[in-house]
Amino acid sequence: MSIGTPQQLEQLHHECSAARDRFQKRVIVCCGTGCLANGAAAIVGAFQKALREREINGFTVEAVKETGCHGFCEQGPLVVIEPQGTFYTRVKPKDVAGIIDKSIAENQVIETLLYKNPVTQTRIERYPDVPFFSHQQRIALRNLGKIAANDIREYVAVGGYQALAKALTTMTPDQIIKDITTSGLRGRGGAGFSTGKKWRTCASVKDERRYVICNGDEGDPGAFMDRSIMEGDPHSVLEGMMICAYAVGSQQGYIYVREEYPLAVIHLQKAIDDCEREGLLGDNILGTGFSFRIRIARGAGAFVCGESSALMKSVAGEVGEPRAKYIRSVIKGLFDKPTVLNNVETFANVPIIISNGADWYKSIGVPNSTGTKAFSLVGKVKNTGLIEVPMGITLREIIYDIGGGIINDRPFKAVQTGGPSGGCLPESKLDLQVDFDSLTAAGSMMGSGGMIVMDDRTCIVDVAKYFLEFLVSESCGKCVPCREGLYQLHRIVTRVTEGNATEEDLARAEKLSEAIVTGSLCGLGQSGANPFLSTIRYFRDEYLVHIREKRCPAGVCKPLIRYEINDKCTGCMACITACAYTAITGKKKQIHVLDQDKCTKCGACFAVCTYQAIDVI
Amino acid sequence: MNHDFSRLPELIERHGRSPESLIMILQEIQREYRYLPCEALMQTAEALGVPLSRVFSAATFYNVFSLNPKGEKVIRVCVGTACHIRGAKLIQDQLENFLNIKAGNTSEDMKYTLEVVACVGACAMAPVVTVNEKYHGSVNPGRVKKLLKDK
Repeated sequence: MSIGTPQQLEQLHHECSAARDRFQKRVIVCCGTGCLANGAAAIVGAFQKALREREINGFTVEAVKETGCHGFCEQGPLVVIEPQGTFYTRVKPKDVAGIIDKSIAENQVIETLLYKNPVTQTRIERYPDVPFFSHQQRIALRNLGKIAANDIREYVAVGGYQALAKALTTMTPDQIIKDITTSGLRGRGGAGFSTGKKWRTCASVKDERRYVICNGDEGDPGAFMDRSIMEGDPHSVLEGMMICAYAVGSQQGYIYVREEYPLAVIHLQKAIDDCEREGLLGDNILGTGFSFRIRIARGAGAFVCGESSALMKSVAGEVGEPRAKYIRSVIKGLFDKPTVLNNVETFANVPIIISNGADWYKSIGVPNSTGTKAFSLVGKVKNTGLIEVPMGITLREIIYDIGGGIINDRPFKAVQTGGPSGGCLPESKLDLQVDFDSLTAAGSMMGSGGMIVMDDRTCIVDVAKYFLEFLVSESCGKCVPCREGLYQLHRIVTRVTEGNATEEDLARAEKLSEAIVTGSLCGLGQSGANPFLSTIRYFRDEYLVHIREKRCPAGVCKPLIRYEINDKCTGCMACITACAYTAITGKKKQIHVLDQDKCTKCGACFAVCTYQAIDVI
Repeated sequence: MNHDFSRLPELIERHGRSPESLIMILQEIQREYRYLPCEALMQTAEALGVPLSRVFSAATFYNVFSLNPKGEKVIRVCVGTACHIRGAKLIQDQLENFLNIKAGNTSEDMKYTLEVVACVGACAMAPVVTVNEKYHGSVNPGRVKKLLKDK
C-alpha cells in the first residue's frame, strides 16, 4: 500500500506491529559488517533452512531477522532469541540445530554459547545484563540490532515516520527549528556546532532552492558509527533529513557515502526506493503538500571530502578541494545555494527529538553537551565495538566498565579521540568528562567518535607519525601550510623514530605546527598538527627517550629495537613458520636461533610466540 | 590492453550526461574494466562536454581510481588507527613478502593487486584485510598465507 495520509501511516504502524507480535519467538541474527565477516550469513542460511516450519513445539517462530550492528562486533556472529533476550556469541553453523531444539523448543539456555564476563569469568544469559550494554544509553543507535535493516515495515512497526507525520501536520518549520535548538543538539560530525542554529541560518537566507546533505563520508580511521547506522537503520537517517528539509524549505537532499561502504549504499538505496514507492519521498508527502527527494552521491576515496566545502564540490562532480569559508555553506553551499550539511548520527537523532520533545533530550547529558554520543571503542581494549553513552560519562567508565579494561591487563597508556585531527589523552585524564568542551580543553576533541585505546606496547611517537603520514597523503595540496608544513612535520617526527633527531628539532616542530594551524585553508590543515601537539603535550618524556637515549620504550620503532630469543624457547617452531624472511632457524624442541642480519624486525615472531621467549631490546 | 568499449556509452548514459555525473561515471567505468582505460576517459570527456584535463584531475585525485589495470584479486590491508595499533604494518610486510610486490602494485601475472586503505570501518575486528570486498577480521601473521589461498 502507499502511505498517502498520516492516518494511513498510523494504520500501517498498527498492522506492522501486530505482524511482529504474532510471533511468540523470534530469532535475531546480527548482520553488521563485523558479524558478516565472522560468518553471520552462514548462520542465517542454517536457520532459514531449519526453520521452514514456523511452528515449533507450540511456539510460533519468526524465522530469522537480519538486523544491523549490535555493536559487539568482536564477539560475533551474535544471535539473540526474543522475547527472553537470550544472547549467544561466536555462533557457528553447527550450533544452529542445538539452538532450535533447546532454546526455541524447550526454553533452555546453552551455557557454552553465552557471553563470558572476562572480569568475573561468569556466563551472562541476557544481553541487557552484559556490562558492555548495561552502561549504555542508546538513542541514535536505538534500532540497531532490533529491527531488520532492510525492511521499511519493521521501521514503521517500531514507530518510524511518526515524527515526520507529527512535524508535517502539527508543527511549523519555525517550531521544529526552535525544538531542535532548545534540545541543545550539536553536530555529531565533530565540530559540535548547534544544529538548530545551522538550520535557522539556512532557512533565513532568501533563495528559491536549498539543499540538505547528509555527510556519510566518515573518513576518520578508527571510527565506524556512521557506517553502522547507515547499514543498520537507514530509515532513521532519511526521516531526520526529511524533517530538516521541511524545516528549512528544501526539496532536494543528497547522502554522500564513502567508497569503502558498499553495503551502506545498498541499504540506503533500498530504503530510498521503498520510501518513494510508499509515497514517503516524492511529491505531496503524507498529503501535506511537502515534496522532497533524496539521491545518493558516492565518494571515491578522499579523506578531505569529509570537509563540508570539499564534499559539496565532490557531490557536484568536481575534484574535492575545499574553499576558504568567508561565506559559510549554509548561505552559499552546494551549487552556490544555501545548504544544510549534517552528519549521519545528527540526522538519526532528529526524529526522536521531535517525537519525545526537546526537554526530554535536554535532560540527558550535561548542560553544554546534551544527549548521547556514539563511539567506536577500539584498540587494546577487551570489549571492542560500537557504543552510545550519555554525554558527561568519564573516559574511565567507558574504557573500564564498558570496555572491560585493557587486553591482557597491561598498563593503560593513552586514549586517542577525534581521529587524525584529535589527540591522545594520558592516564591522568581518565576521569575527564566526555563532552565537546572538556575534550577540547584537554587538547583533544570529540571528532566523529573514534576512541582508540592504547597500552604500554604502543609507541606514542609512532602514533603521531602514523597520523601525520595519513594527513600528508590525504592533504588535497591546495594550500601551502598544509601541503608543505605537514610534510616537514612528518619528516621531523620520522627522524625521532629513527633516533636521528635533536631537541632543537622538537622546538622547530612546535613552531612549524603553529604556522600550519594558523595558515591552513580548511579543517584538515587547521587541525593537522594536532597529532604532534597533543602527544608532545602529554608525552614529551617519550619523545626525549627516543632522542637522548636512542631507545623506543614501547618496542615499536624498528631502527631502535632488535629481537632476541631467550631460554624460555620450547622449540615449538611457531616463529620459524611465521618468519617470512627465514631469519629464524632451529629444530623441534631445541632453542631457536635468530639471525640479526636477515631479521627485518617485522615482529611476526614476537606476535606468534606464546612462551614469552622473544625479547624486544 | 584490448578492451571491448561497446558498453561504454551505456555506462556514461546511466547517470545522465552532465558534468555533475563525472565521478559516478568514472566509478562505473572502474567497475567494468577494473581501472580507467585512457580511451574511456577521452570518450567521457567528449560525452560530458568537459575538458579532458578535468576528467584526468578527478581520475587522479580520488584514491579509488586507478590508471593501471588491477589484478584478479584485489587485496586491501586496512591501516586505520585501530588496525595500526594491532599490527597492520606487520600484516602488510608479510603480504608484500609473500606476493613479492610492494603495496600499490600488481603482480606481473596480473593475479594480485596489493593496496593499503585508510579505514574500512570494521575497526572492532582489527587488523582487517579484505580480499575482493570479502572481509577477514583479526588477521594474525599465522593466517596470512591461508588468506591468499582462500577463494
